[in-house]
Amino acid sequence: MEFKTFVFYFLSAILVYASLRVVTLRNPVHAALHLVLAFFSASGVWILLQAEFLAIALVLVYVGAVMVLFLFVVMMLDINIDRLREGFWSYLPLGSIVALLMVAEMSLVLGGSYFDLFEKDISQAPAGYSNVQAVGRLLFTEYVYPFELASVVLLVGVVAAVALTLRGKRKSKSVSPSQQVFVKVEDRVRVLKMTAEKRD
Amino acid sequence: MLAMACLILIVDLFVKDRKRTITFVLTQVTLVGAAIITFALSTGQILYTFSNMYVGDMMGDLLKLLLYLTVMVVLFYSRSYVFDRPEMAKGEFYTLTLFATLGMMVMISANHFLTVYIGIELLSLSLYAMVALNRDSIAATEAAMKYFVLGALASGLLLYGMSMIYGSTGTLEISAVAERLFNGQANKTILAFGVVFLVSGIAFKLGVVPFHMWIPDVYHGAPTAVTLFIASAPKLAAFAIVIRMLVNGLIVASQDWQSMLLILSVLSMAVGNFAAIAQTNLKRMLAYSAISHMGFMLLGMITGVVGGDARYALNAYSSSMFYVITYVLTSAGTFGMILLLARSGFESEEISDFAGLNKRSPWFAAVMMMMMFSMAGVPFFVGFFAKFSVLQAVVAAGYLWLAIAAVFFSLVGAYYYLRIVKVMYFDPPISTSRIVAPLDMKILMSANGLAVALLGIFPQTLMSLCAFSLLRSL
Repeated sequence: MEFKTFVFYFLSAILVYASLRVVTLRNPVHAALHLVLAFFSASGVWILLQAEFLAIALVLVYVGAVMVLFLFVVMMLDINIDRLREGFWSYLPLGSIVALLMVAEMSLVLGGSYFDLFEKDISQAPAGYSNVQAVGRLLFTEYVYPFELASVVLLVGVVAAVALTLRGKRKSKSVSPSQQVFVKVEDRVRVLKMTAEKRD
Repeated sequence: MLAMACLILIVDLFVKDRKRTITFVLTQVTLVGAAIITFALSTGQILYTFSNMYVGDMMGDLLKLLLYLTVMVVLFYSRSYVFDRPEMAKGEFYTLTLFATLGMMVMISANHFLTVYIGIELLSLSLYAMVALNRDSIAATEAAMKYFVLGALASGLLLYGMSMIYGSTGTLEISAVAERLFNGQANKTILAFGVVFLVSGIAFKLGVVPFHMWIPDVYHGAPTAVTLFIASAPKLAAFAIVIRMLVNGLIVASQDWQSMLLILSVLSMAVGNFAAIAQTNLKRMLAYSAISHMGFMLLGMITGVVGGDARYALNAYSSSMFYVITYVLTSAGTFGMILLLARSGFESEEISDFAGLNKRSPWFAAVMMMMMFSMAGVPFFVGFFAKFSVLQAVVAAGYLWLAIAAVFFSLVGAYYYLRIVKVMYFDPPISTSRIVAPLDMKILMSANGLAVALLGIFPQTLMSLCAFSLLRSL
């Protein structure tokens, strides 16, 4: 076995294991950490495919930014796991039967050498070949139309988020100093005149 | 053309004013402008630009023009409804509508699976937000949540199918996919797999059984103005992507997807029509009726290629197109009527709210009756000819039993449409207040009703337009 193949299987095994743990773990923080591991191994597979730029982008964007944010959110939300787990055992038999059936059907259809993925050789990139340049060139020539549209999608996301969360000015209890200095005695203290009453 | 539309949209975004009238007028101007650009640039030839990601052809142009028209009508209808409800009277309603329209444009003229996907996302993302626009309503929030989760799932299915097709043919460009399939340079197993996922994803977006669960809840929960939008315009775009992806791209695999669509279509006609009977809420009822109508529309797609013979394809697809245009016209009118009767603080979405409409306003009752007759397929309204042409295509393709089943389910459907007519004409009115609506809305409503009636008398023009545009595009 070639060394590269070995690395591929090694990374894939970690990837599959981590992804499995993401969905099976009880603790959401652990699940998120396993997701980080999964992303990391996936980026390793990408490096094997000589796509360094994508691999680095994956690590930077997903592991660096998205997952950290995700971890923050998970840690801040106090999710009650037991509530979520209710009814798990009663759904398990049916769910597992369905899942097993699906796996069986898929493997029947796709089984054997139909997919012949391993026969295709990936051509070696010449030395000095720049991944970033290739991605950039494709993005701004051939794929410029979907690229621009993707930016519109993001814009819609921003507009929607603002529309759904902005509720006008918040009514906070802060005071404006410029008005505060103009306050007069009469505004604050009211002197009442009352006639004295006799005690019974 | 699309870049222009995009530019106007973004300009519009910044001109957001406190006064919604300005936004409203600007939006309408944008739509008219975009429609004029589309019309002026329409050459009738098939053009590819943006490295074959974009296709402009006659079918696309026709659908786009109709789409602009529909969105304009929708905005006119929903204007006073939105105005009466301060929580919705925000510029975002118009902006999101425009973005959704842009998404539909992208879908209509997509020649690349990636573009199709991005168009769908643009449309659905705007729709999710529009459904949830009324934040204080629990029903609307719930509907938006369901729509979002199920829509994300559907997008996932669609993407999975697309990646399978890429794995099989090595390209994502729709015309190139068709070419490679025709030359037999594709892995059949993976292709079939991809087609299954693709059809599931499309079925989700169209809302046909068994992927219909979101439709009633979303129609019911969303503010009526948004429901009107969801129920009308996106159907045209959905039809376009069905044509683009399945017919333009995967016509070689038509055996596979036709049999799938057959099951989907029969099921949705059955479930849609039978479930609609039990509804008391008009919006829910119309949601189920939308499911059954989409099933009916798919009938035309099924009968395109029979045993490798594409002789009837044009007839079948154009009947489908005619059907979907008719449906959009009618459903826009029906939801418009709900909006017309709605006042601030009163939604008028129960069927009983229509009781005795004849006493309150004979003319609007008559318009509503025309809509209902057209939906039910009563002769000499446009819905009849739509159903008729689809059935003709089905019979011509040799599926006699299918035609009989379709007619049977339509008869079931006629029951609940006619029930509304009965409620309007023969039940005592619950309120005697006069109907107050802005003049433009009244005029437009009447025009919509008359269009349904007139197209019923002269359906040939639109039908031949559909057939001609498809002839030039396929």
